[in-house]
Amino acid sequence: MDSSRFKRVSECVWQIPQSGEMRVPALIFADATLLTEMDDKVYTQLTNVACLPGIVKAAMAMPDAHWGYGFPIGGVAAFDPDRGGVISVGGVGYDISCGVRCHRLHIKKQKLLPKLQELIDELFRSIPAGVGSTGKIKLTVSKLDDVLRYGALWAIEKGYGHHDDLEFIEEHGRVKDADPSKVSATAKERQKKQIGTLGSGNHYLEIQFVEEVFDREAASAFGIEKDDVVISIHCGSRALGHQIGTDYLQILGAAAQKYNIPIRERELVCAPIKSPEGRDYFKAVGCGINCALANRQVLGHLTSQVVKKIVPGASCQLIYDVSHNTCKLEKHLVNDKMHKLYVHRKGATRAFGPGHKELPKAYRKVGQPIFIGGTMGTCSFILTGTKTGEELAWSSACHGAGRSMSRRAAIKKWKGKSVINSLRNRGIILKAASMRGAAEEAPEAYKDVERVVEATHRSGLAQKVARLKPLAVIKG
Amino acid sequence: MGPQNMEKLTPEWQTFDHIADIGIRGIGQSVEEAFENGARALFSLIVEDISAIAIKEKREINCSSYDLTGLFVAWINTLIAISDIEGLVFGDFRVCINDASLFGNAFGETWSLEKHGRGIEVKGATFSEAVVKKEDGLWIAQCIVDV
Repeated sequence: MDSSRFKRVSECVWQIPQSGEMRVPALIFADATLLTEMDDKVYTQLTNVACLPGIVKAAMAMPDAHWGYGFPIGGVAAFDPDRGGVISVGGVGYDISCGVRCHRLHIKKQKLLPKLQELIDELFRSIPAGVGSTGKIKLTVSKLDDVLRYGALWAIEKGYGHHDDLEFIEEHGRVKDADPSKVSATAKERQKKQIGTLGSGNHYLEIQFVEEVFDREAASAFGIEKDDVVISIHCGSRALGHQIGTDYLQILGAAAQKYNIPIRERELVCAPIKSPEGRDYFKAVGCGINCALANRQVLGHLTSQVVKKIVPGASCQLIYDVSHNTCKLEKHLVNDKMHKLYVHRKGATRAFGPGHKELPKAYRKVGQPIFIGGTMGTCSFILTGTKTGEELAWSSACHGAGRSMSRRAAIKKWKGKSVINSLRNRGIILKAASMRGAAEEAPEAYKDVERVVEATHRSGLAQKVARLKPLAVIKG
Repeated sequence: MGPQNMEKLTPEWQTFDHIADIGIRGIGQSVEEAFENGARALFSLIVEDISAIAIKEKREINCSSYDLTGLFVAWINTLIAISDIEGLVFGDFRVCINDASLFGNAFGETWSLEKHGRGIEVKGATFSEAVVKKEDGLWIAQCIVDV
């Protein structure tokens, strides 16, 4: 994008001033290079979001923003229900509550290395991944309704993990605004065999080590130090979330017509939060969130069992679990008054700063952990939420590196086997369910995650805590 | 993979670029053939070798929307859902379209890793780049699928 189209507010904050039908300005958090490299669609999509009824303060994009569906990926926007605010399918996306959970293993990298191959092989056998894979848990539709109502709590009560885990999951593992009657039978049919599966695309399980610590106090609160091994799991609500998105695209499309909301892009369809359609979608999204939290809890438990079996002396303790495709009802300060807002984060991580009462006691002084997945060949990051981030962007941060090359271009350029060999030469084991998937996810097909994280840190959205390097990866 | 040359249109299926996901496109002499080829493009992503899909099962499909573009997205989403729920992959299709309603059949078999290979999981069809139009005497039906 041409940076001259923006008003530079600070080093890493760029504004599209309010004009035409925009109800608020738009803000992009990025350094000059990231902004220049962003596609023009981010500009168009962000200004479209700024035109939606009831939007508060600004339409925002995180440093990893790119062209999405209605909202840009990396888009953040809050809506006030008392001022005609809307809820939009594009602001949540198709993979509802896709997110990352990270576990510490209480073991150093050097001690793990002799067991690494055996560990990743066993994890690959135990964690269903890739298209067509199904989990060991087979549910009836009525049992699935319990998953949608109770989230990670359902998983724990079925023996997948411990009650102590709940404190370390956003919303304590369960959003209460979830009503399974608002989710279609097709969505439930699709999900019956998918609880406890990783999926494919950019979803992964990664064994990593802490390469560098930037913030000792926060790292210590999260229970990690240099060379410690962690396992990160990135996945979401699987087929259920996708089907909810697909179903409500039609429902909110009709609602937007009914309530005379002009739609500039079909995936930006929306309904007033206070309308029956808007309320139904919010309750269906709640089901998607609970499904994702349950799914990651099951995967976390399966991982923990394998770790304990293969690596003597290691354990698998949850650091935190947080999503990056959600719409949540949150309280935020607007003009010195607390307002209840519906915050959409599409490809953006919730990032509560220090002192927030939702955070576990152990983290309340340092802020919420945020996990930024890089690529399987480079690195990932742990950040922490800040007070500034609350003021700047409703406590939101980036979520990943973002692709720089299309999937088709990637499979033309690389073969799955060559990606595996190249990673092996760099000391990283890749287990891929699909060779095509491995080629598509080649590290070189992604943007520089370090630059994205640096811009997030420098803009004040979040603070760097640690850099993680991959040791072994499972790709779906 | 289907032929990729877009300079001269011929009835076929194609995939096309999108930064994070991937596009599917069907081209045909009729809107029905474009829809059928669009479905072939979809299953070319889900399996490694679409030509390996034998016709052992038939599924009837009915869907509707408020316009032709919406109908193409609904058609692809219906196929994704059936494939997902029943573990089937499809390689051949016959559809009849009346306004924005579709009735058709999808032909295929149960997916097997050994026989069909593992492609990528398609989460859903989107309205991004979605269009059904007539160009140079041929029908084009396309959309981006979220993967």
